[in-house]
Amino acid sequence: MKRLIVFIKQVPDTAELRIDPKTNTMIRTGVPSIINPFDMYAIEEALRIKEKWGDTEVIVATMGPPQAEEALREALSLGCDKAILLTDRKFAASDTFATSYILSKAVEKIGDYNIILTGKQATDGDTAQVGPGIASWLNIPSITYVKKMIEVKSDYAKIERLMDYGYDIIEIKGKFLMTAIKDLNEPRIPSFRGKMAAKKAEIPNWDAAYIGAEDKNIGFLGSPTRVVKAFSPPPKQGGIKTEGDDIETAKKLIANLKESHLI
Amino acid sequence: MDKRNIIVVGEVNNGNIHHVTYELTSKAAELGERINGYVEVLLLGYSINKEHIKRLFETGADKAIIIDNEKLGLLNDDYFVANIRKVLERENPYIVLTGATPQGRAIIPKLAIKLHAGLTADCTDLDIEAETDLLLQTRPAFGGNLMATIKTPEHTPQMSTVRPKVFKINENYNKKENIENIEFEETNSLIRIIEMIKSEEDNVNLADADIVVSGGRGVGNKENFSIIYDFAKKINGVVGASRAAIDAGWIPYPHQVGQTGQTVSPKLYFAIGISGAIQHQVGMKSSDYIVAINKDTNAPIFNIADYGIVGDLFEIVPKLIKLLD
Ligand SMILES: Cc1cc2nc3c(=O)[nH]c(=O)nc-3n(C[C@H](O)[C@H](O)[C@H](O)COP(=O)(O)OP(=O)(O)OC[C@H]3O[C@@H](n4cnc5c(N)ncnc54)[C@H](O)[C@@H]3O)c2cc1C
Ligand SMILES: Nc1ncnc2c1ncn2[C@@H]1O[C@H](COP(=O)(O)O)[C@@H](O)[C@H]1O
Repeated sequence: MKRLIVFIKQVPDTAELRIDPKTNTMIRTGVPSIINPFDMYAIEEALRIKEKWGDTEVIVATMGPPQAEEALREALSLGCDKAILLTDRKFAASDTFATSYILSKAVEKIGDYNIILTGKQATDGDTAQVGPGIASWLNIPSITYVKKMIEVKSDYAKIERLMDYGYDIIEIKGKFLMTAIKDLNEPRIPSFRGKMAAKKAEIPNWDAAYIGAEDKNIGFLGSPTRVVKAFSPPPKQGGIKTEGDDIETAKKLIANLKESHLI
Repeated sequence: MDKRNIIVVGEVNNGNIHHVTYELTSKAAELGERINGYVEVLLLGYSINKEHIKRLFETGADKAIIIDNEKLGLLNDDYFVANIRKVLERENPYIVLTGATPQGRAIIPKLAIKLHAGLTADCTDLDIEAETDLLLQTRPAFGGNLMATIKTPEHTPQMSTVRPKVFKINENYNKKENIENIEFEETNSLIRIIEMIKSEEDNVNLADADIVVSGGRGVGNKENFSIIYDFAKKINGVVGASRAAIDAGWIPYPHQVGQTGQTVSPKLYFAIGISGAIQHQVGMKSSDYIVAINKDTNAPIFNIADYGIVGDLFEIVPKLIKLLD
């Protein structure tokens, strides 16, 4: 049997984030969580590859607190076959170095696989480091910003990768990790049957000991980076506002931009 | 105190050095003055422009280390990671800086793991902590709603990727030319870059643009987008779009600004026929000056616009184009 592994992250829904006007800090309590939007494209692509290949298992996994299980159930409802929750107090405060290590240990525990899929980046941290990081721990190639799978077989793929000048066409032999962008596909919505199955599914919890993750590489102590300070940038405020679309309005705008040396 | 190496891992496209390389060289020279630094620029590419290399010494480099080989003309991540790693292990740098471009973001995270280093992504500010000489790296998270300052106290190199256009190029260093050429080392790779496609459609360097002109659902259809293009052309801007315009198929994905598209911070941003949903805002809010044109006076975009015009885009934009003739 062939196997695809998708890593997803539960993130706060940006649409619901509010800034406390008094303290100018982010209010996170009561903000609902969603699957990181980019990870939805990774899930969808895995499901499409499975449909193409047949005889394929899609495993979805996340590292997070116990409530991250919700995200896994949602992924199951879309059609993923199995879910794994990597959860342990020891994992808390892991940076991208430690996170990618933990996820790579989970891959080793899972065993054989053909492709690992992640999102391009998570919308909370926006780092885009965990995907390539996992590949680096596993010593496999990684293809970032995948916009199209031209061809995908169990041991060969031809892929388009988005760059700032256009895109690259890349050929890969063997296992690899790819990070998904929005252009890749259009995610499906869960079916009723999927939802029912997801509700009942057993989701195993894996801890550090179970995956053989060494203490020196995980959690706060295993993370090379330290956050010294977090602050909200001063809130942006509306400025000049004019009504009307006549020539005077247009002239005023142009004059304003010229005065400010913007054009 | 011994010299501390600060290495800028530069970027070469088609033999030309990417401007973010000079920006980081200048910043490295400035930081270096405070920590007895020695600035080296590491360049991998093919047929690297000699004049461009010269400019590195004007902009702050003490030394350039160059690996010029046909195999590095395209971005095979494995070749880049292996060859950069070798140099970094030899030079044992204190700090490593790279542009947060698609290339930098593809290879640097892999190197950070191999070197057991801390890596901070997409920095928008760098500083030195006076008491410790550590690099303070400031970066946005949550789409710019939160800023975090990060340091790496116990591991070297301290690594960052830095957004293009954040730092100014300083041309006044005039350091002595000092170039070391290193042989490319072929390594095992299971990937092959067949082709690099420069596409007009996808070549949307929004992250680099000084002016971005974005259109949204209010533009109405694909044909109408020509007025956004015309206006952008008039003011030397790059065309962006809201997701609604992308999803409608009026303009391709590389133009998308926002949470699931690109983050931009130009000097001047136009939001035309865009309501300003939070997912759009997180991708453009840090622009220096925002102009909104929208017929709905209650559109959220006006809350963050420096200059808002409540009016019909089909009336106002053609007038702007005409006035600029
Ligand atoms: C997970 C997720 C990720 C997302 N990521 C992104 C993202 O990356 N980028 C993004 O942009 N969106 C993103 N969105 C979508 C976002 O929520 C909004 O739906 C989208 O930004 C709306 O686009 P719009 O402003 O063009 O359209 P609308 O909200 O429909 O606004 C159109 C505006 O045009 C105005 N208008 C209409 N006609 C005229 C006229 N003739 N003259 C002047 N004004 C006119 C209207 O008053 C209105 O305000 C995301 C959503 C989700 C759920
Ligand atoms: N805690 C996590 N658990 C599982 N996958 C993760 C986790 N953090 C990040 N990822 C994956 O790595 C991608 C990039 O995340 P980031 O590097 O944090 O921007 C995400 O889109 C996920 O696919």
